[in-house]
Amino acid sequence: MSSSEGPFLKAPLWKPEIGAYLFSGGLAGASAVLAFVARSRGNHRLARRALLTAAAGAAVSPPLLISDLGRPERFHHMLRVFKVTSPMSVGTWLLSGFGAAIGVAAASEVLGVLRPVGLAAEGAAALLGPGLATYTAVLLTDTAVPAWHQAHRELPFVFAGSAAASAGAAAAILTPAEAARPARRLAVLGAAGELAAAAAMKRRLGALAQPYEREPVRRLDRMAQSLSITGAAILGLLGRRRPAAALGGALVLAGSICQRFAIFRAGFDSARPR
Amino acid sequence: MAVVSGPPPYPDTRVAQPRPGQAVGFFTDSSICIGCKACEVACKEWNHVPTDGFNFLGSSYDNTGELGANTWRHVTFAERPAAPGGGDGQMRWLMNSDVCKHCASAACLEVCPTGALMRTEFATVVVQEDVCNGCGYCVPACPFGVIDRREEDGRAFKCTLCYDRLKGGMQPACAQACPTQSIQFGPIEELRTRARRRLEQLRQEGRKEARLYGVDGSDNEVGGLHAFFLLMDEPGVYRLPTRPATTTRDLPAMWKAAAAAAGALAAGVLLAFAGKGR
Ligand code: SF4
Ligand code: SF4
Repeated sequence: MSSSEGPFLKAPLWKPEIGAYLFSGGLAGASAVLAFVARSRGNHRLARRALLTAAAGAAVSPPLLISDLGRPERFHHMLRVFKVTSPMSVGTWLLSGFGAAIGVAAASEVLGVLRPVGLAAEGAAALLGPGLATYTAVLLTDTAVPAWHQAHRELPFVFAGSAAASAGAAAAILTPAEAARPARRLAVLGAAGELAAAAAMKRRLGALAQPYEREPVRRLDRMAQSLSITGAAILGLLGRRRPAAALGGALVLAGSICQRFAIFRAGFDSARPR
Repeated sequence: MAVVSGPPPYPDTRVAQPRPGQAVGFFTDSSICIGCKACEVACKEWNHVPTDGFNFLGSSYDNTGELGANTWRHVTFAERPAAPGGGDGQMRWLMNSDVCKHCASAACLEVCPTGALMRTEFATVVVQEDVCNGCGYCVPACPFGVIDRREEDGRAFKCTLCYDRLKGGMQPACAQACPTQSIQFGPIEELRTRARRRLEQLRQEGRKEARLYGVDGSDNEVGGLHAFFLLMDEPGVYRLPTRPATTTRDLPAMWKAAAAAAGALAAGVLLAFAGKGR
């Protein structure tokens, strides 16, 4: 009979919008890299679609982040400082830079104007993309939440894999099959990396991985696995046909979303075990 | 409550007035806390902290629950067997006034993306209300679960160690109101000396269960607390974590892992283009 027992952390306050941003930011970051490499290999059809996907991901991200603030009208207070000890500060600047670059690149692509500037912007976005896709892991691990913090070595790899899988899957859906081979391969590679890193993460967490064994996280986590595996298999084996590519791509995207939300939710249960 | 016998704990009543620029803090001596909650009331009154509800928690005399945006002092109550093992059914009552620790290495402050959380000239940790945009990052970063967002307001709040009173040369309201000197305010160094002397005194009285919590960096990984405690049982009994750590101490490893993963992502894309075809 005491005031309370157990861990005494406060659960995160972040709404599902932040879980959605983990996905949209990762999709945008990895798609920018895919676009750049496709362009450099002369695969312009793939480059165009990956670029526009990256721009779309970058466009929905700030509203997701701002709407989560307690005082949304003060979002620009993030721009007062730059702090490496605050992954949220680092991320704000990364996303701002990335958003500007990908916006210019996409506008140039769509309007067909200022191509040298557009291509340079595409390169800049590709440079920032991998960071955008992985800093979100540090955003979660730089907290006192055990299931996040103790996973700080593996979580960036889960997010990198998830981002690669979603970028490949989106491009595989949108691109004519004969130009989409690298996208399909990226989706399969990413899904494999994501699943392997998630397994390593849970091994590292040991007893702290308990939230993954309880609902609702357990179901999300299982769904992430089966969706990613099925989707990757369909993409890899049958992806040369457009309907199969669309189905496989959709499954991989859904798997990536489930993965993000499983990890996001696991943190809440880890901070405040029920 | 177990009877405190022996000489009065603090015959030298007054702690020295801090000089400007000196690190100050709290030493909370739970062995003489009587659970009156004068500190909770004084804090609310002085700082205009809104109500946290009139709840009956059914947990001893504690109807406050936990520290939060609207609770900056929290008197915890624990009912424990008087003798280890609890043989004769005698109970002892453990009370302690919990508060923000104003950590020497404060996770809340380090992760704050707006710079709203700052270190004052008294080495205390304070939220600047005109800067905070309610991002909520500080909340899961604090290893003690202290800071929280006031939902109807949208910003984060916690103990300011009465920053306004300090600037006016006054001691914090809770320390002023405490009738037993359980809450002592003053320059950190002097409080540390007092805490160690008090521990010594209790040990000599045979109170082997007495221990200090957070007086320096030896039992925590937050670089020491600027609000530390003398406890009469395990920290968990008082809602205090056994070995609190500042999350940002692992930041180099975290950024390194993220950079490696970013590299792996780029390599993965290149790999997807390897071999025949485009
Ligand atoms: S106890 Fe929590 S809120 Fe207080 S200074 Fe330390 S980290 Fe910040
Ligand atoms: S909620 Fe306010 S004080 Fe807390 S980290 Fe965000 S901006 Fe800083």
